[in-house]
Amino acid sequence: MLSAYPRLRAVLLRCAQAIPVVIGVVVISFLLTRALPGDPAVYFAGVMADEASIEETRIAMGLDKPMTQQFVIYVGELLRGDLGMSLTSGRPVATDLANRLPASLELTLTALILASAIAIPLGILAATRPGTWVDHLCRVVVTAGVSLPTFFTGIVLIFVFYYLLGIAPSPLGRLDFIYIEPDHITGFYLIDAALTGDWETWRGAAKQLILPAGTLALFTLAPLARMTRASMLGALSSDFIRTARAAGLTNRKVLYGYAFRNALLPVVTTLGMVFSFALGANVLVEKVFAWPGIGSYAVEALVVSDYAAVQGFVLAMALLFVVLNLVIDLLYTAIDPRIGFEAS
Amino acid sequence: MLSVRDLAVSFQTRNGEVRAVRGITLELGKGEILGIVGESGSGKSVTSYALMRILDAGGSITAGEVTYSGIDLRRAAERDMRDIRGREISMIFQNPRAALNPIRKVGHQIEDVLRQHGRATRADARQKAIEALKAVRIKDAEARYDAYPFELSGGMCQRVVCAIALACDPRLLIADEPTTGLDITTQKAVMDLVRDLIRDRGMSSILITHDLGLAAQYCDRIVVMKDGRIVEQGDPVQIFSAPQHAYTRKLVDATPREGESIRSLLPPDERHPTLPHKVHNRPLIEVKDLTKTYQGKSGPVHAVRGISFRVDQGQSVGLVGESGCGKSTTSEILVRLLDPTSGAVLFDGHDIAGIPARRFVRDTRRKDIQMVFQDATDSLNPRHSARQSIAEPLRRLAGMRGAKLTARVEELAVLVGLPLALLDRFPHQLSGGQKARVGIARAVALEPRFLILDEPTAALDVSIQALVLNLLVDLRAKLGLSYLFVSHDLHVVRLLCDYVIVMKDGQIVEEGPADRIMRNPTHPYTQELLDAAPKPPARRVAAE
Repeated sequence: MLSAYPRLRAVLLRCAQAIPVVIGVVVISFLLTRALPGDPAVYFAGVMADEASIEETRIAMGLDKPMTQQFVIYVGELLRGDLGMSLTSGRPVATDLANRLPASLELTLTALILASAIAIPLGILAATRPGTWVDHLCRVVVTAGVSLPTFFTGIVLIFVFYYLLGIAPSPLGRLDFIYIEPDHITGFYLIDAALTGDWETWRGAAKQLILPAGTLALFTLAPLARMTRASMLGALSSDFIRTARAAGLTNRKVLYGYAFRNALLPVVTTLGMVFSFALGANVLVEKVFAWPGIGSYAVEALVVSDYAAVQGFVLAMALLFVVLNLVIDLLYTAIDPRIGFEAS
Repeated sequence: MLSVRDLAVSFQTRNGEVRAVRGITLELGKGEILGIVGESGSGKSVTSYALMRILDAGGSITAGEVTYSGIDLRRAAERDMRDIRGREISMIFQNPRAALNPIRKVGHQIEDVLRQHGRATRADARQKAIEALKAVRIKDAEARYDAYPFELSGGMCQRVVCAIALACDPRLLIADEPTTGLDITTQKAVMDLVRDLIRDRGMSSILITHDLGLAAQYCDRIVVMKDGRIVEQGDPVQIFSAPQHAYTRKLVDATPREGESIRSLLPPDERHPTLPHKVHNRPLIEVKDLTKTYQGKSGPVHAVRGISFRVDQGQSVGLVGESGCGKSTTSEILVRLLDPTSGAVLFDGHDIAGIPARRFVRDTRRKDIQMVFQDATDSLNPRHSARQSIAEPLRRLAGMRGAKLTARVEELAVLVGLPLALLDRFPHQLSGGQKARVGIARAVALEPRFLILDEPTAALDVSIQALVLNLLVDLRAKLGLSYLFVSHDLHVVRLLCDYVIVMKDGQIVEEGPADRIMRNPTHPYTQELLDAAPKPPARRVAAE
């Protein structure tokens, strides 16, 4: 029956290919957290604990059992949707992630949208006018973007816009305390506030968001602008552009209808890559802006060998990447008819 | 209708100004087909881009007048030029597959042009695009409307390019090497189609080509260009029978024609007598029931369906056919880069088909069987100098090092006529002919006994082709080589080969001595191949 819908079949197949990846991630994240230096039992038993109470804690945490048995228990709980309890926050890991993941995603996505909105037009302009001031501007922005570390740009932005100019709110979290958190619908404050029609909160959240998102955008903008410029230059020198021009098509049509769509494929690839390393770069930005995201959560958990939290984090990230790759693959086929999903 | 006076075009490059066209003057009458003939770098394509004002960045018209039906094309506003392009003057290009937007349905690409020039509305665009496809005799035009260029054959793509060019009924069609890269029968089909369409619509046309024979067959008048200048013009018969300029004479000589020997391709003062080559009645290569089946998307693809032939020692065998006939697969199996599905390849009486291609590199017979590849540019490592490329097989397979290696490389360079000063250049610093010589030197470096030549002259200008073919003839006599010459062009093959095999759809349809096949082909397909080749007018023999 599925053979009648090759696209659907291909998508399902592509999803199925992700299953072994997820299984691998479950095993590796489990083993890696066990391999971490430090004994969580010692940490959680407290500074004053003696041998006996440490042992007690160890038994309570299930760490006295053999590794295989621990793994079986872990997988069993995982299948029931239970990611375990975080020992640092004292809440279920699933709840923690549900609270914090949207914060990170909102930050990263806003940054990426901002970066694309600047980088892609900049790259196109630079490619169509090589050697002019736009081209040079593109080069300067790209160089600055890659050479300035995020924590540095973040601090500079805070210094300028918060301390000197005073137009930005204090860089503390997602929302100033004078606003009430919007109802939890998607977890994205901007979307939730818009859905409930609470525009005051929306503005507040946007104000809080703009500096960290800008910091991250500056960092992700560079590879995007570079790739757009390079692939646009490649597309514009293709034979089919000459055909289009010889047929009398307008510059606009040639540029956007013909060249840009052909140049888009490498840009989408870069976008996917940038997205993944932006999630990594998040940790620093979240620290600087006290952003309650998943990155800072993971670092805190890692420091104290909070197994359940670290495993939950790694698993969530892995799933996120699997979804991201799937989306990018699907985008490819939408852009380029030559890429058929082959069954093999 | 079109008049060009003293046109000059320059390009600004990093190395200063390059004058591509240096003052050309030509007239084109209504209904006339003008051929512009020249080799690469002659400025023939740049001339046409200048007329259309679609020069690449950095190029500009520096002098001269271009007038089309009273419009000054050099000074016309860009907006007016846009209306002229595609509606008054349109172009078709070489390499049709690359000339089409790879990710847009061909029907939509035709619609773009129709709607740009107000020839169709959103409502009737589809209908008109299908009509345009039908006009270029594309079968099943409704279905082809939704096809992407990669789903169509090269010939079909060129028809689509024609459909785009002719969709708005222009009055002048510029065809820039429209058949380069197409098979010889496809070339004929496309050229016949273009000629018919031009005649039916009373259009004028400029055919830009490096093939004097093709121009002679389809054009009313020919202009010969060299280094950005016109060296000669006249009607085809006159150009062929009494070429005035030395360069035209060289071009006429180098164009393969019936009944001429390989030496006559060269200018008269370079025609040394051909050294004889001895053919022994002893098989060097015997191919028995060779088959190759690929696993395709929609079932198995039978590339080679059981062919048998032999190449005797010292013999040159031509393997002729069009793309997809299995000739490349066959040659790759023979050179042991590909494993056959079944069948045997006997080299000196021993089967070598059983040795996996992966392991053949360690076989002692690896050096006996070598290959000259089709594209001289792509088959050389761009980061290796000519010296490194030629030394590679000597180092890898003969373990040669140091002074001995240097001496051998230089000896080979002399053998293939490559100046020693060029040995340390990289491929991009060499001309097409020089790269071909590097490829040949590399292939003969280990003194092979059997050399497979895979269309070694396909990408070369005719005058360079003449030199390379003659070099191959000399090498054969000097080194006692046996050749398998793979090509789509019977007229080139017959110059070099004793025996010819014609392949179609993975099977041998005809074989025999080269002279017999050329004079008296029995299979209709061979007949078709021979007919498809352009027939230049005979040269005046009395000129000697």
